[in-house]
Amino acid sequence: MRARNSFVGAAFALLAAGMGHSALAEDIKIGEINSYSLLPSFTEPYRKGWQLAVEEINASGGINGKKLVVVSKDDGGKPADAQTAANELVSSEGVAMLTGTFLSNIGLAVSDFANQKKVFFLAAEPLTDAVTWAKGNKYTFRLRPSNYMQAAMLVEAASKLPAKRWATIAPNYEYGQSAVAVFKKLMSEKRPDIQWVDEQWPPQGKIDAGPVVQAVAQANPEAILNVTFGPDLVKLVREGNTRGLFKGREVVSFLTGEPEYLDPLKEETPEGWIVTGYPWYSIKTPEHDAFLKAYQAKYNDYPRLGSIVGYQTIKAAAAILAKAGSTDTDKMIAAAEGLSMPSPFGEITFRKIDHQSTLGAFVGKTAQKDGKGVMVDTSYKKGSDYLPSDAEVEKLRPKE
Amino acid sequence: MAFYVVQFLTGLASAASLFLVASGLSIIFGVTRIVNFAHGAFYMIGAYIAFTLTERFSGAFGFWGGVLAAALAVALIGVLVEMVLLRRIYHAPELFQLLGTFGLTLMVEDLVVLIWGPDDLVGRRAPGFKGAVDFFGQNIPSYDLFLIALGPVVLGILWLLFQRTRWGVLVRAATQDRDMVAALGVNQKWLFTSVFAVGVFLAALGGALQIPRDAVHHAMDLRIIVEVFVVVVIGGLGSIVGAFVAAVLVSELNAFGILIFPKISIILVFLVMAVVLIVRPWGLFGKPEAAARKTPGLTVNPWRPLTSNERLASLAAFVVAAMLPLFAGNYALTVGSEIAIFVIFAVSLHFLMSVGGLASFGHAAYFGLGAYGVAFLAKMAGLPMIVCLLLGPLLGCMGAAIFGFFAVQLSGVYFAMLTLAFAQIVWSIAFQWVSVTGGDNGILGVWPASWAASPSHFYWLALGVAALVTIALRIAVFSPFGYALRATRDSLLRSEAVGIDAKRVQWTAFVIAGTTAGIGGALFAYLKGSVFPDNLGISLSVDALVMVLLGGVETVSGAVIGAIVYKALNIWLVSQTDLSKLVLGGFIVLIVVVFPKGIVGMLEMLAQRRRKSSPPGSSLLAKPIESAE
Repeated sequence: MRARNSFVGAAFALLAAGMGHSALAEDIKIGEINSYSLLPSFTEPYRKGWQLAVEEINASGGINGKKLVVVSKDDGGKPADAQTAANELVSSEGVAMLTGTFLSNIGLAVSDFANQKKVFFLAAEPLTDAVTWAKGNKYTFRLRPSNYMQAAMLVEAASKLPAKRWATIAPNYEYGQSAVAVFKKLMSEKRPDIQWVDEQWPPQGKIDAGPVVQAVAQANPEAILNVTFGPDLVKLVREGNTRGLFKGREVVSFLTGEPEYLDPLKEETPEGWIVTGYPWYSIKTPEHDAFLKAYQAKYNDYPRLGSIVGYQTIKAAAAILAKAGSTDTDKMIAAAEGLSMPSPFGEITFRKIDHQSTLGAFVGKTAQKDGKGVMVDTSYKKGSDYLPSDAEVEKLRPKE
Repeated sequence: MAFYVVQFLTGLASAASLFLVASGLSIIFGVTRIVNFAHGAFYMIGAYIAFTLTERFSGAFGFWGGVLAAALAVALIGVLVEMVLLRRIYHAPELFQLLGTFGLTLMVEDLVVLIWGPDDLVGRRAPGFKGAVDFFGQNIPSYDLFLIALGPVVLGILWLLFQRTRWGVLVRAATQDRDMVAALGVNQKWLFTSVFAVGVFLAALGGALQIPRDAVHHAMDLRIIVEVFVVVVIGGLGSIVGAFVAAVLVSELNAFGILIFPKISIILVFLVMAVVLIVRPWGLFGKPEAAARKTPGLTVNPWRPLTSNERLASLAAFVVAAMLPLFAGNYALTVGSEIAIFVIFAVSLHFLMSVGGLASFGHAAYFGLGAYGVAFLAKMAGLPMIVCLLLGPLLGCMGAAIFGFFAVQLSGVYFAMLTLAFAQIVWSIAFQWVSVTGGDNGILGVWPASWAASPSHFYWLALGVAALVTIALRIAVFSPFGYALRATRDSLLRSEAVGIDAKRVQWTAFVIAGTTAGIGGALFAYLKGSVFPDNLGISLSVDALVMVLLGGVETVSGAVIGAIVYKALNIWLVSQTDLSKLVLGGFIVLIVVVFPKGIVGMLEMLAQRRRKSSPPGSSLLAKPIESAE
């Protein structure tokens, strides 16, 4: 089983277990934690992504000549278990840094652990703004564009719509709540004429879609903001299609363009939603072409957004380690602050001010092509263009 | 007006889906008394198989045939499970079957991902029911209308089956008094198997019929299982009509509730259940449970305090455990602390379950309250660690005092479900009250003071508290209070006849158990440095149940072993394999089959057999059986 987890291969893992640290002192170990058993539709491509990155890094000479090894653990979707895993990685595997996590509360739990134990933590996916702002700390960096950034990207497009009556549908937990709050705030700033006529908060994973759709329709909004994803999104879209909720209404939707969530919809895919996502089929840049070719060659499958996140997380970790030239935490922090590096989406930088990377996202519209959901009219939004001013960020982050 | 009619119909459609699954569960429980945790798993397998079949065979025949074939196939799987697994454990202590079906559920969650892959699957729409019907400008999906019709049809068929066939008569008789049915010469084996098959068929049909509305994915089971249990309990166990009415009630309250309180869905079913159970202790259509004829299992092997040799052995084990920091690394010590904390948690539930005979499905509430108590005191009041550890569990104590008062008015599964409802209410408060509890992002930065910060010091602290708690609860078991509590467990009537105030004794036990769990939670907060609503959640409550059952519910301190085995295995498997649920589930199923009295229960039985076959002098009866410590 370990062979699937730690990339080095079963034989190598056995060797590592048998011989202890001394024989492999030259390797650099990175710890990785994610909700593998809870969210396989995201984490399987994610795992493939980081495995590809490890292969590429070691094929080109490792990190300053040292081989990179990733030790991966499952957190089962529970913050407490993520901390157990983090502890194992740090105390018994002796990793140089922690990476990964998907859910916001797990990202925060590991970030707090990192802060307490003075360990470097590169958060991959958790979107909550708190990771870099309200509960940010010196040891934690984040790769993915935050809730705030994605909301700002969507607001840019949404504020140009004529619609004045808006309704929101979001899962009832921190991610949904903060996505709606930021979207509303930014929207109302740009368009003071907007009215918020209804909000629905189905429990995450347990939406009773019929009544929700009916309730939103009854408020008769001109536009709808959706934050649900995964199976909830499927149910919502199906009920909405059948009941004609989306007919003649604009819909703005977080994450829906990511293949993880768009692909299952197939012929149910609604047309013309403004979404953030990852249109791997229409990105024509040399960096992405290289990634796509390597990924397809290795796995004979197309990448999901998870693949990008996994790939870039390990690439970023390697870049930080290479620049630091050491596995000393303070040196890695110093190296990471302001560090720029290439990514499949173009160059990104880890900001010194809040440790947020400037990785962006694609915004476009959903459409159907040959019975499959795709994103069209896409454009890449650089993360750096959708962050508040430095003065505001300073106020958001706790003082050291 | 048209809107309200449509909203009502939409609610009815949701109710029909819920009813199909709930009716199956209700039938199974009514006859076999099995708390079938795997019901959701059968529902999920039904959906997966139906997805495969309906994708392969298109057209109306392919779709409806596929749905039916899937339900039948899963019913066959159900028969297999009943014959191979459950038949072996009908005579195990109450709720032990829960452990077996829990193991199955864990296995199925990993298996479906292995077989069908990690992606969410979206199946076809039902041929003939793809569109919507216009109702005064509002659209009603025609598939909803189909479901609305199907609910009463299934109810009618079940009614006919139960009222008009010999099989139905036997099932009803068994629901009422299964010992009597057995005494009259009915072959219980096949009656149980057939009932289980029908119940599983309904679950799988419910799952298969979700294909046109839902996505098929590996977490479908957990999403439905708790809700279905709640519906069954609100309706009254074993009552099909009750399940139907409860499904309609819950769904309609949700459909209209979200118009006023959009966030109500997260807690609604539990609120309804709590209210119903407080007003009607046996659910809407349930009847008081007939006085159970207890198997004399508990009296065969009377409890006794440890002999001096056993005391020495326990002391030796403790000393060995305390020496762990001499040779183990930081990670092992932290895991050791976590296990010690779960020992506290498990023995607290064990006290309630085995001594008091009160199985709580929501024990995590008090564990979590203890943790939140610490977090509030440490973060808001800024109190030092010692004070927090002493005062934090009081929140668990208060919660237990309030909820326990209502809960002990009930018994059996109704008691269990009311505790679950309370736990969910506490959970949703922690989840929703963002300004105080931080919502699901929790409270961070609750780290131990420097004297306890090192892993070895914290380990000694956790180990010491665990030992103290275990000893204290053992002393309580053999105290006059413990005897009174056991009396209420063994016979409520007789205990009241000899002047024991049963409810007060049970309430006290509940508060003791809740406070003890709170102590575990307080330590847990410091171990993890943070508190999340997860700490109050259902999965933690289930973990506690599993630990107690694994150790052996008829033992005095089996939970200690159950907690160590389960937690250590869980942590180790999650770290070592991607298929931890499959392996852990398989292990639990194996234990259930091999050790039907739990690990410690089985060991005790073996030891006792040996003692009996050995020469006199060691005979149990020759000794004073129970002397207070």
